[in-house]
Amino acid sequence: MRGIISHGAYLPHRRLDRSTIAAVAGTGGGKGTRTVASYDEDTTTMGVEAARRALRVTDARPGALWFSTVTPAYLDKTNATAVHAALRLPGDVIAADFGGAIRSGVAALRAALAGGPPALVVTADIRTGLPGSADESAGGDAAAALLVGDAADGPVVAELVGSGTATDEFLDRWRTPGDVRSKQWEEKFGETRYVPLGATAFAAALAEAGIDADRVDHLVVTGAHGRANKAVVRALGVPGDRLVDDLSATVGNTGSAQAGLLLSSALERATPGQVVAVLSLADGADALVFRTTEALADLRPAVPVAEQVAAGAPLPYGRFLAWRGALTPEPPRRPEPARPSASAAGRNEAWKFAFVGARDRSSGAIHLPPARVSMDGGAVDDMEPVPMADVPGRVVTYTIDKLVYSPSPPVVFAVVDFEGGGRAPIELTDVDPADVAIGTSVEMTFRRLFTSDGIHNYFWKARPAAGRSSEGA
Amino acid sequence: MASHGIKDRVAIVGMGCTAFKEHWDKGVDDLALDASNEAFASAGIAKDDVDAYWLGTAQSGMSGITLARALQLQDKPVTRVENYCATGSEALRQAAYAVASGAYDVAMAVGVEKVKDSGYQGLNAFPIPSDGTTRTLTAAGSFSMVAPAYAEKYGVPMEQLKRTLARIASKNHHNGARNPRAQFRREMSVDQICAMPNVAGDLSVFDCAGVADGSAAAIVVRAEDAHRYTDSPIYIKALSFVAGNGSGLVDPTYDYTWFPEIAACAADAYRQAGVADPAARIALAEVHDCFTPTELVLMEDLGFSERGMAWKDIESGRFDLDGELPVNPDGGLKSFGHPVGASGLRMMFEAWLQLRGEAPEDRTVASIGGERDLALTHNLGGYPGEMVSFVSILGATPG
Repeated sequence: MRGIISHGAYLPHRRLDRSTIAAVAGTGGGKGTRTVASYDEDTTTMGVEAARRALRVTDARPGALWFSTVTPAYLDKTNATAVHAALRLPGDVIAADFGGAIRSGVAALRAALAGGPPALVVTADIRTGLPGSADESAGGDAAAALLVGDAADGPVVAELVGSGTATDEFLDRWRTPGDVRSKQWEEKFGETRYVPLGATAFAAALAEAGIDADRVDHLVVTGAHGRANKAVVRALGVPGDRLVDDLSATVGNTGSAQAGLLLSSALERATPGQVVAVLSLADGADALVFRTTEALADLRPAVPVAEQVAAGAPLPYGRFLAWRGALTPEPPRRPEPARPSASAAGRNEAWKFAFVGARDRSSGAIHLPPARVSMDGGAVDDMEPVPMADVPGRVVTYTIDKLVYSPSPPVVFAVVDFEGGGRAPIELTDVDPADVAIGTSVEMTFRRLFTSDGIHNYFWKARPAAGRSSEGA
Repeated sequence: MASHGIKDRVAIVGMGCTAFKEHWDKGVDDLALDASNEAFASAGIAKDDVDAYWLGTAQSGMSGITLARALQLQDKPVTRVENYCATGSEALRQAAYAVASGAYDVAMAVGVEKVKDSGYQGLNAFPIPSDGTTRTLTAAGSFSMVAPAYAEKYGVPMEQLKRTLARIASKNHHNGARNPRAQFRREMSVDQICAMPNVAGDLSVFDCAGVADGSAAAIVVRAEDAHRYTDSPIYIKALSFVAGNGSGLVDPTYDYTWFPEIAACAADAYRQAGVADPAARIALAEVHDCFTPTELVLMEDLGFSERGMAWKDIESGRFDLDGELPVNPDGGLKSFGHPVGASGLRMMFEAWLQLRGEAPEDRTVASIGGERDLALTHNLGGYPGEMVSFVSILGATPG
């Protein structure tokens, strides 16, 4: 039995109200909201957040990490290795990227389901488009992680019972590398291709599973072609009320993360013994049919998708454009930060990427960052690693710094004390300055502090703890 | 092992100090030369009479050559030192110990900083290659965290504390207005300062030190030789220095209402000088008011006020120019300006003027007399939780 062992989804904190677009861009917009990755997030950091959530709820650990995105933070350099480092996975776990096309998200999942060691499939996307475009408005930013493996690797909550594929070469949507804008052929052409391809792949998957279409309890349809997504449902024979909300009204279409995000959402709703089917329309069609197991009842999502959809805070369109690089506001008149040193970062990998400190074995004092000599008692080289990324903290004191360089001023900075010991002076994120207070409960989140000389400076920040209001405890 | 100090063994016999301001027309060489020449003239000697030099500059030059080239020193030992914003004090400390040891007869400390060639406002530290995880915060942001912590611990309403902080700035502007060498010479009322917009926490730009170029210099000799150079030498009673271990940043017991490095440094200085009750013995203090909350906390760390009481002493006028213990009679960093490597020596220059009765009449302190006959300079560098501290005690008479 191979299937899904655990899952986790990540929606960024900020929401763009689509109705605010047209007043500035002169066109575009629409109803509802879309999610927006913060200025300090990229597909790698969002992938880390989703992956942490997927691993937090299971004891199973991956033997491979497949990271898929259309919007990689780096080319040439693998992005999955930063996710691997943030998760503290051992060196014998391969980490590699599936990149470029939207289909690569589902492809990574299919590769994991095909066999081999337990694989963590991390998909993340930041959907871009020119101001006022349909893509800008309809897109959304998100990440999803699925831990795939055999029953021997851990309790499988959704067993793969059938799969089908239909590959075809035709031009519907394309983007030149480096461009923020995708282009699309006349919509009707793509629709005429996608609908039969989807029906073919779906039928093949059901046949392999030996399941009739009307026995599907939860149907996930994903793809960048909105009209085709709707049209194909009618061709599948699945009752319309089984369709899983595609979150287009609140989140938007999250590209290569969409299949994972909606599958995660479907698994949160499903009960044991149900059939969950995924159909992805991207340069062909891929269908996956799962049957949930008794183990599903024991899997409690770290932060449910529905809870994340309901959370969040608005982002003005002007700031959205600035974060996307479409608008260049006057920066603070401060020197830009120097690029981080590769060798220094390499020496301090556990601290920088995984927020691992050191605990003095004799005094118990926690050192952030790790130290060789204890500040309490002076013991030398008698420390053990202490992972702090998942330890809750609270704000001891804080300040709003309007002078310091930041990609998006002002900097909200806090002294954070951690449960069980340890203190770090650290930036806050996903918080409005007026909402931070002494005592605010915070959790750590992996972020990109800045980029210098093309080097992304990844480190951790604190944010108001999920599930709590930012007004604090 | 002990910190013995060199009480009354070394004297300052000459000093110089440039105006602190935006010297668009002067470079680091000009500033160092101007301060040095004033110090040479003050001691009645020439550059060749000085046996060894210490140059304090945080980031305006590398090595002793920066000074040797500017002054064209021939075959002299010249050492550049750096210790954050306490760099100028560190230069004097090294020069004083050098003559105390007998290695040299005459030594000179020159502090200089050319800040305003960076093209940016404020101070900008030279970036040392790192893993990219160090704090992203200005000094103003870092020190701004002191104010709310102090207010909460001692139950001072924040509105009241803001007025107290403004009173510190107002006092230092009042004093600086009477100092021709100071950067800012305009008096500012408490209400005016309170009306300024915040830039970091509850601090406005008027809670922050002025950023200026400048230089100051001192010539030291062994005490027994002092009267060869001047009739009124200033005797060094104590030189204390503490470099913090940075634990305050990561130790949950640190509460941001005091600076342990400074308390330790002050205790050592008082021990060296044989001062049992600093509040009764210190006639004037030049302290490192980089931001107004710093001066507030320093009054307690230096033992002038009881813990939690400095804000009341400030409001009572005790530290005003005409108060019992004038603090920053020259205007302080706030009004005099803060050329990093020069500031520690600038503080000593004010002590030199006041103890010798040479300060201009309208800012001469009236507090010197009887048992209250000592001047204190306090210079720090770094941030709450991670700082260096220097304290000197000076007097006009030995013993």
